[in-house]
Amino acid sequence: MTEMEIVKFFAGLFILLGAFLSLVTAFGLIRLPDVYTRNHAASKSATMGVMLVLLGTFLYFWLIEHHFNSRLLLGVVFIFLTSPVAGHLIARAAYNSGVKLSDRTVQDDLAKARKKLEAEGHSK
Amino acid sequence: MKTNDVILQTVTKFTLFVIILFSIHLFFAGHYYPGGGFIGGLMTSGAIVLLLLAFDIKTVKMILPFDYIKVVAVGLLIAIGTGAGALFFNMPFLTHAYTYVYLPLLGKTSLHTAVLFDTGVFLVVIGVTMTIIQTIGESE
Repeated sequence: MTEMEIVKFFAGLFILLGAFLSLVTAFGLIRLPDVYTRNHAASKSATMGVMLVLLGTFLYFWLIEHHFNSRLLLGVVFIFLTSPVAGHLIARAAYNSGVKLSDRTVQDDLAKARKKLEAEGHSK
Repeated sequence: MKTNDVILQTVTKFTLFVIILFSIHLFFAGHYYPGGGFIGGLMTSGAIVLLLLAFDIKTVKMILPFDYIKVVAVGLLIAIGTGAGALFFNMPFLTHAYTYVYLPLLGKTSLHTAVLFDTGVFLVVIGVTMTIIQTIGESE
């Protein structure tokens, strides 16, 4: 029976860690100052949180219920691939539509590079 | 400013196969597990919509040269045909039959005519969804 206890412990640990990371995401969305830092919080820790919850569920069903659910593994791979890309696209759309950066920003390389391109006449 | 969609397009090329495979799995699992023709067809058209988002409408028409209204018609014909097929065996309309077959790779498999009916549903759902989306997308 002890190995059952160990498996249950790790499945529970993964699910709790995932839930904790999702909570961290929610606090990041409330506390951080602008779109880009919020996007940073949402697309990183939420991805890891969901992946850990799925991994814990997969381990539980595989080792306790003896049911190998490949859809959960596919879900982990899919979330890992698509969620950062969604974050990238949201951040890019925000920058292109002119959302202001936080007041505490010290450096904006993209604006500098775009100004340089426009000065050389490469735009459009 | 001209934008560059290389990240979206590269990820689309990979995830498209995952989505299509999962929709085919949903379609064939429909008899014993949650799934079936409806959500299988919706997920396949979701994959095509992802392709439409990442590339433009002309490229997608070149990759998948289907007239989606004809896809709807073929799906309806398949659904009616499986229903009418029962009439040839002196059975009521939409009576289904099944049998167990030993296929070389898959082993003991049950073949059911309800799958043919589901294929009709699958094609109708894809055709209707893509017709709606492409018609809205093309109007200026």
